[in-house]
Amino acid sequence: MPADPLSIVREIVRRTGKDRSRLLDIAREVQSRVGWIPGEAVGAIAEALGIRPVQVRDAISFYSFLSLSPGGRSNLRLSTCVAGRMRGSKQVEEALAREAGTGFGSVSPDGALALGYTSCNGMCDQSPSALIDGNVLTNLAPGDAKGIIQGLRQKSTFTKTRVESNIRQGGPVIFAPLERGAAIRSALNRSPQDVIDEIARSRLRGRGGAGFPTGMKWDFCRKAPGDERYLICNCDEGEMGTFKDRVIITEVPDLLFEGMTISGYALGAKVGILYLRGEYQYLLQHLEEVLERRRRLGLLGMTVCGREDFAFDIRIQVGAGAYVCGEESALLESLEGKRGAPRDRPPYPVQRGYLNQPTVVNNVETLCCAARIVEKGAEWFSRMGTRDSTGTKVLSVSGDCERPGVYELEFGIVIDRLLELVGAKDVQAVQVGGPSGQCLAVKDLGKRICFEDASTGGAVMVFNASRDILSVVRDFTVFFVEDSCGWCAPCRVGTSLLLKKLDKVLSGLAVHQDLLDLESLGNTVKIMSRCGLGQTSANPILTSLKNFPRLYEERIRQGDFSPEIDLPRAIQPACELTGREPSGEERSE
Amino acid sequence: MSEQKLHIIIDGTEIPAEAGKTILEAADTAGIYIPRLCYHPELIPGGHCRLCTVKANGKPINACTMTVTDGMVIENNSPEMRTQRRHILEMLFVEGNHFCPFCEASGSCELQALAYRHGMTAPLYPYFFPARQVDASHPEVFIDRNRCILCGRCVRASRDKDGKSVFGFVGRGIGTRIAVDSEAGLSGTRLDAADSAARLCPTGSIVIKRLAYRIPYGKRLFDLSPIGTDIEKKRKDDG
Repeated sequence: MPADPLSIVREIVRRTGKDRSRLLDIAREVQSRVGWIPGEAVGAIAEALGIRPVQVRDAISFYSFLSLSPGGRSNLRLSTCVAGRMRGSKQVEEALAREAGTGFGSVSPDGALALGYTSCNGMCDQSPSALIDGNVLTNLAPGDAKGIIQGLRQKSTFTKTRVESNIRQGGPVIFAPLERGAAIRSALNRSPQDVIDEIARSRLRGRGGAGFPTGMKWDFCRKAPGDERYLICNCDEGEMGTFKDRVIITEVPDLLFEGMTISGYALGAKVGILYLRGEYQYLLQHLEEVLERRRRLGLLGMTVCGREDFAFDIRIQVGAGAYVCGEESALLESLEGKRGAPRDRPPYPVQRGYLNQPTVVNNVETLCCAARIVEKGAEWFSRMGTRDSTGTKVLSVSGDCERPGVYELEFGIVIDRLLELVGAKDVQAVQVGGPSGQCLAVKDLGKRICFEDASTGGAVMVFNASRDILSVVRDFTVFFVEDSCGWCAPCRVGTSLLLKKLDKVLSGLAVHQDLLDLESLGNTVKIMSRCGLGQTSANPILTSLKNFPRLYEERIRQGDFSPEIDLPRAIQPACELTGREPSGEERSE
Repeated sequence: MSEQKLHIIIDGTEIPAEAGKTILEAADTAGIYIPRLCYHPELIPGGHCRLCTVKANGKPINACTMTVTDGMVIENNSPEMRTQRRHILEMLFVEGNHFCPFCEASGSCELQALAYRHGMTAPLYPYFFPARQVDASHPEVFIDRNRCILCGRCVRASRDKDGKSVFGFVGRGIGTRIAVDSEAGLSGTRLDAADSAARLCPTGSIVIKRLAYRIPYGKRLFDLSPIGTDIEKKRKDDG
């Protein structure tokens, strides 16, 4: 095996081809084999792909799991998910730092390991959780720190991934028995347009959160002018508190691939790509095996189900740690080997998507629903749920409840009833839809989970009366600061300003005017940001201001204006060094 | 679909527009100024600054990429849009280190001119005071990232007009910076002072050396007339 970065890059490129859209694959492999991506590798990648080194850096530097500077021989990343915080991740962090003899954000003295953080890695129901070089650790406790750090030092194989699916309640659409190939054969007996019409009749809407009618999306794409059509499955659920797609691809990957194949047939696409978030890399082998089995069964390949006129295959693209890539146009950029910055729309992906061709980007659950609709019929599907939200929804529930995990329930379930199901007591707030969703108070628990009322891509996080909601709001805001792509000014700067202002409130230095400023700033971010993620990044603050105004008012002081800094505290070190006492003015307040 | 004439309404005034044109292009042609920073007529739009955001049929959208449709109703110079734009300008000022009094670009800086136009006297947000790199290694051009607003004009100009890709972004979020195509700095790149990328910077971030004070302070483009008046003059001339 070649050891120097240059020959490693050459060897990889021989396999991937000189294809810009494979940049992420090349970079990921260099990262995994060398431990980082040195300058000579950047140069070699640029040369192989016919682009400039600065363009390679442009892309690579965007992703959390790719590094342009050397780190430790192993990388441990502790999830900063709020669910983990609630289950003691802070104590785990301290124990790990103590054992490693280094702080988070740095490399241990012997160079063996680097400690760092990662955004929510979709293990909220079994948190605290950490990633170690692609493997997942769950249900961590401070007592585990010693074994983990020793294991890493000795490079032993303790890092066995053990992830539970925790399906607490299955339903008729997603977690029901599946006869492999049945839905595809049913689709192939009809014309592609008939398949699209069936999906449209079911009134299926996108499960990722935005709720766009799936049949309409497929129809737009099929009818858009282009040389090729592409189907992309978005499995980049990075919204804190969302882990339902992880469970779906673990438990029923065949249903997903069935849905992707049907969609490919309906669109006239030859290629489907599953964009798998980097955090779920541990599932890659399992998914590749399922795909291989389907190829052997004739359910993928040059002649699907023996049909000479239908060739379709699926490739998996693994991401590299970027929440914003869950936004469909950012995902397309990432698939093309660029930084995952969203695009301006129009044109929409159905007009010009992957490689500028008409493209459908659908969520994992949406494609699973589509397979089931073709198998069992639009009428069967649309009898479930509400008028504007047909079918079931897979919810991932975490936080203060007895039975965290995954629930497949009909749309329209009242939140109160859901809380009973999951065993939540003494509830103070429920975050529906993750940080970009809404923070609901007890008065709102009569709302129903559906697109027309309390909408969610799947995340439901429960907080009981003992929790400090504003510190949760802060964690959510930090999440958006960390994961803003930086392309547009209002989100890039606005999220950091929101955090500064919130910290002023939390430190007791704010007056009423600061709350008004917080709201005004939040509205600017909401109105002026470029993509859906930016536009919702002020939601933790805006919805908690609306639903929990007293929590804010309790923290503010009287007066028309107060400075950002606490003067006595700010001058204290200087006073100590110079041995002088603060003057009267400096001492007040 | 060339030459098809449509009409759009901007702040109550109906103007003709060609199909396929963006809102911003249609407004420019009609002599109505929509503020912009990352947009430059020689470049494909970038969508970074969001200053050109207008409400089209009630929905916020950026005018530099959205194409016109017949009867589109646009809110541009309303108190709300002016306030939102001022907020973005303030964000850009506090994000970097902008000291107009000793900046080479003062008076010809689009950021400064837009701030004046929007009545910004001082930003109300707290300053970030970030540590940013200056690179004066190139014999003819320097880049001072303290004054960079990440509009990406240099990135697009160098890639699409000069065919060199001397500039790129690096990092993400609030840590995003402009990088150059050499670990040795600007002097190691193929940048030439005659390149588009060297002259399209809207602020004093990319500056051609030894030319900065040829026109003295007080007599520069925006010292003489506020930004946007060239476009608005057209309307007055026509009217």
